[in-house]
Amino acid sequence: MTHEDYLNATYGIRSWLLTTDHKRIALLWLGSVTFFFFIGGILATMIRIHLLTPTGALVSPETYNKLFTMHGVAMIFFFLIPSIPAVLGNFLIPLMIGAKDLAFPKINLLSWYIYIVGGIFVLYSFGTGGLDTGWTFYTPLSSVYSNSAVTPAVIGIFINGFSSILTGLNFIVTIHTMRAPGMTWFRLPLFAWAHYATSLVMILGTPVVAITLLLAGLERMFHLGFFNPALGGDPILFQHLFWFYSHPAVYIMILPAMGVISEIIPTFARKPIFGYSFIAGSSIAIAVIGFVVWAHHMFVTGESTYAALTFSFLSYLVAIPSAVKVFNWTSTLYKGSISWDAPMLYALGFIGLFTIGGLTGLFLACLGLDIHIHDTYFVVAHFHYIMVGGAVMGYVGGIHFWWPKITGRLYPEALSRAAAVTLFVGFNLTFFPQFILGYLGMPRRYHTYPPEFQVLNVLSTAGASILALGYLLPMAYLTWSMRYGKVAGPNPWPATGLEWTTDSPPPTENFHVTPEVTWEPYDFQDRPDLGLAAGSPSPAPAHGDD
Amino acid sequence: MHRTGDLYGQFETLEQQKETASLGMWVFLVTEVLFFGGMFLTYTINRSAFSTAFGIGSNTLDITLGAGNTVVLIMSSLTMAMAVWSAQVGKKKLVSIFLIATLGLGTVFLGVKGVEYKQKFDHHLIPGHGFDMKYHPTHPMPGDDPKELALEKKEVEEALAHDPDINFHGQLYFSLYFGMTGLHALHMIIGAGLLIWLIKGSFAGRFTPQYNTPVEVVGLYWHFVDIVWIYLFPLLYLIDRHR
Amino acid sequence: MQSQLPIYPEQASNFAPQVDALMVFITAICVFFALAITAAIVIFFFKFHRKKPDDVGVAFEGDSRLEAAWMIVPLILAMAMFGWGAVVYVDYRHAPQDTLDVYVIGKQWMWKAQQPNGLKEINELHVPVNRNIRLILASEDVIHDFFVPAFRVKMDVVPGHYNTMWFRPTKPGRYHFFCSQYCGTNHAIMGGWVTVMEPSDYAAWLSGSSGVSANPVLAGEKLFAEKTCITCHVGDGTGRAPSLNGVYGAPVLLADGSTVTADESYIRESILLPNAKIVAGYQPLMPTFQGQLTEEQILALTAYIKSLQSQPVPAKGSGIAPPTGKK
Repeated sequence: MTHEDYLNATYGIRSWLLTTDHKRIALLWLGSVTFFFFIGGILATMIRIHLLTPTGALVSPETYNKLFTMHGVAMIFFFLIPSIPAVLGNFLIPLMIGAKDLAFPKINLLSWYIYIVGGIFVLYSFGTGGLDTGWTFYTPLSSVYSNSAVTPAVIGIFINGFSSILTGLNFIVTIHTMRAPGMTWFRLPLFAWAHYATSLVMILGTPVVAITLLLAGLERMFHLGFFNPALGGDPILFQHLFWFYSHPAVYIMILPAMGVISEIIPTFARKPIFGYSFIAGSSIAIAVIGFVVWAHHMFVTGESTYAALTFSFLSYLVAIPSAVKVFNWTSTLYKGSISWDAPMLYALGFIGLFTIGGLTGLFLACLGLDIHIHDTYFVVAHFHYIMVGGAVMGYVGGIHFWWPKITGRLYPEALSRAAAVTLFVGFNLTFFPQFILGYLGMPRRYHTYPPEFQVLNVLSTAGASILALGYLLPMAYLTWSMRYGKVAGPNPWPATGLEWTTDSPPPTENFHVTPEVTWEPYDFQDRPDLGLAAGSPSPAPAHGDD
Repeated sequence: MHRTGDLYGQFETLEQQKETASLGMWVFLVTEVLFFGGMFLTYTINRSAFSTAFGIGSNTLDITLGAGNTVVLIMSSLTMAMAVWSAQVGKKKLVSIFLIATLGLGTVFLGVKGVEYKQKFDHHLIPGHGFDMKYHPTHPMPGDDPKELALEKKEVEEALAHDPDINFHGQLYFSLYFGMTGLHALHMIIGAGLLIWLIKGSFAGRFTPQYNTPVEVVGLYWHFVDIVWIYLFPLLYLIDRHR
Repeated sequence: MQSQLPIYPEQASNFAPQVDALMVFITAICVFFALAITAAIVIFFFKFHRKKPDDVGVAFEGDSRLEAAWMIVPLILAMAMFGWGAVVYVDYRHAPQDTLDVYVIGKQWMWKAQQPNGLKEINELHVPVNRNIRLILASEDVIHDFFVPAFRVKMDVVPGHYNTMWFRPTKPGRYHFFCSQYCGTNHAIMGGWVTVMEPSDYAAWLSGSSGVSANPVLAGEKLFAEKTCITCHVGDGTGRAPSLNGVYGAPVLLADGSTVTADESYIRESILLPNAKIVAGYQPLMPTFQGQLTEEQILALTAYIKSLQSQPVPAKGSGIAPPTGKK
């Protein structure tokens, strides 16, 4: 029996390209970020194959430098930063808070088009000579010496920044003003808190990198001297301005994934999350402290010792809220009723890999250690653990968790568990050897390396082939499930969020009747509508912090 | 989402819609502060590094036009605020009048800016090829005060002794000058577009005490653009003027 | 070249054992927490696996004391990591006084080093063991970085700035150095070898090889005359500019009343931006030499001015700040 939902309400390409329905826009995003993920992934494959041998026979040095640069630009700006917010955030936030849509639906669509325009500029840069400055665009290499297509790339990233800003603006206003009756701040799902914190970072940080890239682009086009020492400029100024955004940007990439995990764990342990207000508060703390640690990327630039001490100290502080989350997630599992479904496997994989990635950040924040491991493969391993082991696993886990809601279908369970395990194993095999490579002294961004580093490089490439399989499997069976998967029903898991009280897929207006919220988040006890056992009473009066 | 009257489909009440629009504009203005802030920071850092060249650059700006423009813009904020008030008390005709006044004053501002830009062009002060801070004193234009010119010539020569790279650093000043005032002017042009849209709406009688959010929200934007200029003016025109 | 256990490089400098000890310390803490979390997850995963399809878990809302504990304990450990790392870093950023100075210039895509006696090397650096070595780093184009894994040290080489780094090699041998700040096409092959030698071997190498390259002090003296610096900076203080005898390392009194120490950076700035700091009692007359001198020539002049340390300082006509307090 087909009922009307957002997918079949209207037909035709115009109804998709000119939609203002947040759910359809989310799917537009899904298609486009997946496209850029493929591009970034193909570039990564070429990098790893090239690095099988010390002399690197696959591509020329110029080409290799373009491969890693474009891999970084595509993955960071066009996949990671939008991924969870633009796909899952867009789809779910209005549903989670009981609203009919975001505050500004047309601006939501505009945000996607701006991203597409930015993407076109960057693809043009890739196609006409490529980009070889590193995604960090350090001057004067990028503004004076590079002979690659820097200007269109910088324009594309500049434009794309506005997409981020508009999405963040939309989320902040929506969460403030569009909550359904009874949906108080402390009844919000932690996914919403995570996106609120992320949006703060988006709107405050992105304008700065926009201006910075604009100035660097102008310097390149008109031979000005903001960052070029030959004309009186300062390359270190560029680094400060660049990292002022790009460090908080990594929190843009990880906070939403943490929000996903905070939804999956209570759902698949069937109990409230442990320490709700601490997890909510830690998201805000990460967003705030994340703005004052940027110069830990510059410990060996010759910055003043006082500056280095300050930024190292603050960088240690920013680790604490993340640790708090890991402890709270783990504690939630205690005396839970734990399902081994794929979303839970992804969430646990996230915790494992994010913990390693986060802990290795402690090594890098350590001034005495950083003088050795800065700009080596240690850094590469660290950020891939967080970005791929963390953010991407969170994204894939979230896609699996909400797949029934988005498509109305279930995916094949056994295959999905196998894929989660494959991803986890392949990831570790790819990136753990790189920690060792880094400590041994292999610098990053090297198209060739001394022969003694070969064994570890080969291990890493071997792991990458398994990692690739871990990504290809879900792409295959998720696509298959859209047509052939079992019909899901409104709440297959079941889960406690508002989004699960409406149909799967939801109707265009989300709820037939505006919901009124009277229950606390992740409460499996007082929800007879979920059809579960009454549950054992709590051991003692719960001394919570709400 | 369908619209019923003034209420857009995603909202439950007009009150919620108004609150949302307002908050949206405030959040947007915060991003604008960060956006302009990056350039202000770059300007400030460069100014302290190259105060001589920047001082000369400031001196080439016409302070009368700058101050005049500041007054024009402040007045336009007044007329904008009056437009919002008129809408709130239901004086529909006044809404249109004040909006048109605001647009008019904004256009005057842009016109004066155009005159200033042309001056820079005539004096070879556009960054790039042909930039030359020594040009004006050695190539007087009709209407130039000879005493002022002699003073300028002396200043430039002294500065050259201090800072032989004065043309490099002078270009930095003017790049930032055009960058900051250009970005500001762009925001004013967008503001002008918004005003035209509002004026059309006011002619159709759209803005009432119950529904005047667009006027209020554009008013917020316009005031912000005004405030940016109030920072730009002293930073670009006034500092180190009498060095 | 490789250590027995292929997970860390040889230890060949004073910093290496310190950095490795830090590494072990932080690794131990991190392994402890990683294992604890992993064990907890694995145990809970199996122990609390859902038995019946309708089961729910036992609700615990939270525990403030636990939260406090797992904020405070990690914070203390973090501060320990910070503190120890800071100590090593502060040591690294403050070279001792008695260093053997080598000038290192990075450019796309090669390194040039210049020994104190003027001997030049390309992509090689010879240093004596157990001496404090200070590298003064300059770039001719983009940002590079001089990295010696066996010494556990690196420092960016930034155009428009001088950066310095120091270390004390503790073991003779040949150690790889790399450029570790991406600098364009041949970034990956912009490296070379540091050769650490016994002092006698080093001395022999210094004098034995070529000897053709000019002593930078002599080259600097020549330049000082050629570029007419000598016209104003007369040694006995009677010129239009202060005498430079004894000025290197001394406090200089400026026109605005402040004092500045005349180190390499000050000398370089005085050559390129002479009116940035005017010496008290003198006019801003000095022209700039920006664009007229290469980095190597500036280094040569600096070396010459340093050599004037031992020359007699004239009573009048020096820029050196008078000592405060006792005469």
